[in-house]
Amino acid sequence: MIVPRLLDWFDERLGAASFAKKSLRKVFPDHWSFMLGEVAMYSFIILVVTGTFLSFFYVPDVRPVVYHGPYKPLDGQTMSAAYASVLRISFQVRAGLVFRQIHHWAALVMTGAVVFHAIRVFFTGAFRKPREINWVLGVMLLLLTIGIGFAGYSLPDDLLSGTGLRIGYSIALSTPFVGTWLAFLLFGGEYPAPDILNRLFVLHVFILPALIAGVMGAHLAIIWRQKHTNFPARGLTNDQIRGPRLWPRYALASMGLFFVLAGVLALLGGTAQINPIWIYGPYHPITASGASQPDWYMGFTEGAVRLFPGWEIRAFGHEIPEPFFPGALMPGIVFGGMLFWPWIERFFTKDTMQHNLLQHPRDVPWRTAVGAATITFLGVLTIAGASDVLASSVDISVETMTAILRWLAILLPAVALFVTYYLCRELHMNDLHPIKESKVTTVRRSATGGFDTTEKEGGGFESVEERLGL
Amino acid sequence: MMLLLSLSILAGIGLLVLYALGGQVQLEGILLFIVLTGIGFAFILWSKYLIPPEIVTEDRGERPSPEEERIAAEQAYVEGESQLTRRSVLVRMMLGAFGALGLAAIFPIRSLGPSPGRSLFQTAWRAGLRAVDESGTPVRASDLAVGGVVTVFPEGHVGSTDSVAIVVRVDPAELRLPDGRDQDAPFGNVCYSKLCTHAGCPVGLYLAQYHQLQCPCHFSAFAVLEGAVPVFGPAARPLPQLPLTVDQEGYLVAKSDFTAPVGPGFWNRGDGP
Repeated sequence: MIVPRLLDWFDERLGAASFAKKSLRKVFPDHWSFMLGEVAMYSFIILVVTGTFLSFFYVPDVRPVVYHGPYKPLDGQTMSAAYASVLRISFQVRAGLVFRQIHHWAALVMTGAVVFHAIRVFFTGAFRKPREINWVLGVMLLLLTIGIGFAGYSLPDDLLSGTGLRIGYSIALSTPFVGTWLAFLLFGGEYPAPDILNRLFVLHVFILPALIAGVMGAHLAIIWRQKHTNFPARGLTNDQIRGPRLWPRYALASMGLFFVLAGVLALLGGTAQINPIWIYGPYHPITASGASQPDWYMGFTEGAVRLFPGWEIRAFGHEIPEPFFPGALMPGIVFGGMLFWPWIERFFTKDTMQHNLLQHPRDVPWRTAVGAATITFLGVLTIAGASDVLASSVDISVETMTAILRWLAILLPAVALFVTYYLCRELHMNDLHPIKESKVTTVRRSATGGFDTTEKEGGGFESVEERLGL
Repeated sequence: MMLLLSLSILAGIGLLVLYALGGQVQLEGILLFIVLTGIGFAFILWSKYLIPPEIVTEDRGERPSPEEERIAAEQAYVEGESQLTRRSVLVRMMLGAFGALGLAAIFPIRSLGPSPGRSLFQTAWRAGLRAVDESGTPVRASDLAVGGVVTVFPEGHVGSTDSVAIVVRVDPAELRLPDGRDQDAPFGNVCYSKLCTHAGCPVGLYLAQYHQLQCPCHFSAFAVLEGAVPVFGPAARPLPQLPLTVDQEGYLVAKSDFTAPVGPGFWNRGDGP
């Protein structure tokens, strides 16, 4: 066999046999929610492959050209070379459109997978000691993924992406003290400076992918070293791990996940139209269209910028403009809170133990409640990012819709906080707890010839606390 | 599984043929889907049914390291450090050199953009410049009917992003402009910057019934008759006005630049004109 001979070859040079043995026999805990991180990683691989193909044709240049191509409605129009190159990818490069659409769908799926992965890790307490480093790296990956997505959908230089960039510039400009310089250095001058597409291109195809690959590599190396967490189960202690071995069962299943994901993305990319930039038209800085929505993961900032009232701080001859609060401060607080969450939680729990067993969300009501309130808040903001579309679909004015959404953004998170807290407490106390398992009924023949029946909680635990060793 | 993999093979060949024939986006997506999910489900079925469902439980191994290991590691570091700290002047100079290098490395960031200077405070509008539309045609005071709007630029600067302005023709009797601007809207032609004071989107929507200009991005609304003060939405400041007059041939001309810096706010906006 070729592989054992290859192993010998490497072992004679690197002494790799022990590592290979340990790796192939590595135990991987199995649960559907543990796949979300894998989905994110596999989406990234698909993005690199499709993105490399697209980068061969894309031109990051704002210089105007006159379009003469197969898409007749835009024939003879003046547009940037960048926009024209994306039209070329879509209509002239063979297999270009399917690659472009798979790329965009994969980006939406990747951000979704990263977000749900973070939610899983948060609600099950997987970030607790010893896994705080990986939590921090994960939050960085979330920010990098959102950033690379924004940079990517700004590249085609269509009317929608240009409007998004303009708002980004205004938020940069609104930063206290350094905003003016910051915006000029980031964008290469007063908006719309000609350098911006080239910079976004370098960010999108080099700097951010390299950072994501690096941080993801560290994230994986650490999970490899620390080993994955397990849900609590009968007979499993904190010092043990349970699951199938990497080789061959887990590896095959994981490869299967990759190919199914790639297949679904291909189907979406082929049959579900996404970001049809030829309908939006080329970007001209003096026009903007209504119903401008960003990709879903930027929706919460768009919603916040729409809902926040027109408050500015002007004092001592200086000004903190309105977009700073919803566009920079609010995301800063949300992601900052996320980044430091393991330490915020430890401040209250004083818990310094090593944890390899996960928690059920109901067993930590206050954390679950804070998480639910945050998700509700961001959810309302995301919906508010499409307030105009929503208003016209239920036939009320944008003004009324904005007023309603402002109240919802404050009230619903509070409701979510209390409802989740009390619901978790109720669930924690009642008998349907997944850890307590079903009752065990023992039937025994008695000396008199009858039957004695005794009932007992499964596993012999009387309460959740006892099961968790609290 | 055999069936799945045969489908994959057939669809793969189909893709080759399709590409050679010129490609078609929906079919490409569907065939790729069949190839990839065929392989994927074959893998999953294989791992689920053809491999013994062995679930192992084993020890996680030691972490943290044994106490003596940790002490040895600390010892190794401390020994090396003591050899360095004996040369404390050299250590400080080394840190100084790194500091200087770091400082020097920050400066090229300055090359990324020009100095903001006065660029945010002024536009291309000057006293006496005619207002022209997007095609470069000068606009007369009588061109617009009451309720009409036109996007204008300073003559010679069509397309200039910060100079873009919007002229709205209203009934002069209804105008209630701020003090000192009564003479700036000849025959009811009142002119404002087209850049929203919130996030800089072009304020393109004129709601004639309410005499409001509305921004399509975040729906800030500005009252045209009252000097474009914000009446709804996230904008906090009025649209800067462009004082207009009429030249001898009846064309609209600017009396000066805008009354305030245009577009979104910034830290030192108060230093402006």
